Amino acid sequence: MMSVSHVRTLSAVLLFAAAGAVAASGGADIRMEPSPINRLSLESQQRGVRTFVNYCLNCHSARYMRYNRLTDLGLTETQIRGNLMFATTKIGETMTVAMTPADAKAWFGVLPPDLTVEARVRGDEWLYNYFLAFYRDDGAPSGWNNLVFPNVAMPHVLAELSGTNRLVTTEFKDHEEAQAAALAAKGIVVLAPGKNHTYVVKTLVVDTPGTLTPIQYREMVADLVNYLDYMAEPMKNKRVSLGLAVLLYLGLLFGFAYWMKREYWKDVH
Amino acid sequence: MQKLLTWIDDRFPLTALWESQWGKYVAPKNFNFWYYFGSLAAFALVIQIATGIFLTMSYKPDAAKAFESVEYIMRDVSWGWLIRYMHSTGASMFFIVVYLHMYRGLMYGSYRKPRELIWIFGCLIYLCLMAEAFFGYLLPWGQMSYWGAQVIVNLFSAVPIIGEDLGIWIRGDYTISDITLNRFFAFHVIAVPLVLLGLVAAHLMALHETGSNNPDGIEIKKQPKDPATGLPPDGIYSHPYYTVKDIVGVVVFLAVFSSIMFFAPDMGGYFLEANNFIPADPLKTPEHIAPVWYFTPYYAMLRAVPSFLGSQFWGVIVMGAAVMILFALPWLDRGAVLSIRYRGRQYKIWLALFVVSFLILGYLGVVPITIWGQFPDGWPLLGSADRATVVTRVLTVVYFLFFLLMPWYTARDKTKPVPERVTG
Repeated sequence: MMSVSHVRTLSAVLLFAAAGAVAASGGADIRMEPSPINRLSLESQQRGVRTFVNYCLNCHSARYMRYNRLTDLGLTETQIRGNLMFATTKIGETMTVAMTPADAKAWFGVLPPDLTVEARVRGDEWLYNYFLAFYRDDGAPSGWNNLVFPNVAMPHVLAELSGTNRLVTTEFKDHEEAQAAALAAKGIVVLAPGKNHTYVVKTLVVDTPGTLTPIQYREMVADLVNYLDYMAEPMKNKRVSLGLAVLLYLGLLFGFAYWMKREYWKDVH
Repeated sequence: MQKLLTWIDDRFPLTALWESQWGKYVAPKNFNFWYYFGSLAAFALVIQIATGIFLTMSYKPDAAKAFESVEYIMRDVSWGWLIRYMHSTGASMFFIVVYLHMYRGLMYGSYRKPRELIWIFGCLIYLCLMAEAFFGYLLPWGQMSYWGAQVIVNLFSAVPIIGEDLGIWIRGDYTISDITLNRFFAFHVIAVPLVLLGLVAAHLMALHETGSNNPDGIEIKKQPKDPATGLPPDGIYSHPYYTVKDIVGVVVFLAVFSSIMFFAPDMGGYFLEANNFIPADPLKTPEHIAPVWYFTPYYAMLRAVPSFLGSQFWGVIVMGAAVMILFALPWLDRGAVLSIRYRGRQYKIWLALFVVSFLILGYLGVVPITIWGQFPDGWPLLGSADRATVVTRVLTVVYFLFFLLMPWYTARDKTKPVPERVTG
């Protein structure tokens, strides 16, 4: 009979194997939270674009995304002009930022990447977890670090809303014990090899609460990621629905083509 | 209508051309599943050319604008996203179809006498396709475009003595740059497609000269003709029989194609790599550079060959040889029969080994070489070597042995008697 700890270890192994989102750097394994975005919810994407223009668009551009395209999300041009356009007055313009690359380099050390297609680079799960994974790190230049993106140059701009997290590291001599601890932990967990053949499990705990509750903050981040996902491929929903129609048509065409083939081939013996 | 046709035929052999190439072309009646992929490859080529023309209308071959122009196509050009996805999905689908088409040739001995030239034209088409895919992959000017091209051009730089100059000559610059992008664009949209079309024409003309092989590997031309029809008893006209059959194949192909294109155009990063949505940055090498899946078996070989006498050139030779050895196939095979149906056990085992090697090599070319960890330090010979590297080396040897030992195992193999007539 398997002991409880064995079952646990086994499921931990399976969990880590199945997580799919394994960070390649330094042999660390990461377990992320599933991203709860709903691509069909325009309301969610509308809330997301509001967060985007308020918090992201100061440093990050989206230079292939036109403001008037936001009508996709059920917004009118008046709404877009009144609530979302701060950097330009022309509705056909793309989402650029006033910050020059030289300033950006000086302030952050790196150029904040353009975010138009960032969701296609990172995937929505990574992005969702990235916003949950900031923690205080006095050793970092910005004072912030991130479990999902170690040593990221970006400070935690949503800290006022989320509150601040603290990193908790627990060292284990035994790999199985570390895995069991990682499995038992809540939220984002990193399991990395430590010094002298030890294993380190890293998790986050709330240090000071923000103006939003953890649930509200997660909803906000999900909306933001939903918007980023939309922006990376604005025609995605159209693509899927068109695909269904095309497949339906091809199904009918197949019936006809197959019938025609059979009719002709009746005289081949 | 008939009058017009006669008018043309008096001046140009239109009817004769149609009849020799398709209309009255007599094909074996026992084509199976594997025989769809020839017409599908032609169909994929048409898709690539048609969508390519439209992409060219909006794409800008300029290092400062290329990435942006692709996003412009995806966002602002009417139906641009659909055209672009057709082209990107089409590239991978073309290779899938061509690989299956080549495998069909291996199974049924379609490269054997008298069809050696069909096979050679086919190999040249495959080479052109690889060139076409390579040049085309630079055009979106993403990180993988850039660094993939960098890696491949550096292969030529590994050639002893002239390598460095050769690299500069190919790039037109010391690094991959705007100049490189411009010339790759020229190769991708005109030079290679022209050659490709010519080769496809030659491939088809040679096929229609010798006649098609079939799953039994029987020459239907040698059969006594049926006096009533004037056809070999196992032969039928391509038109309408294979016309209507291939249409079914095209519809199924389109369904698979559409399922990918509409629901998963990235194909989990295999058809469109995530890193290629980052604009090319000459100063930032990606952590993991992997070519698109259709090149990965060869890339795996390249990576696994150790440097020798301080040169990486040996890997390039092995990779090149892996492709070039295909040309020798018609003369390596000494089997008494063509089709796998009547081959002995040895050929079947070698073919299976070859296919498995090719697939695993393909996988190993995608993943980081550390994927399976290292052998323990103390082991003789293998100590601390990457497991994946060692496996790749073994499989590379298997890949080559399939060809190099072929004259022996095919000649010795105990084959079964081939029937007079096709077996359905």
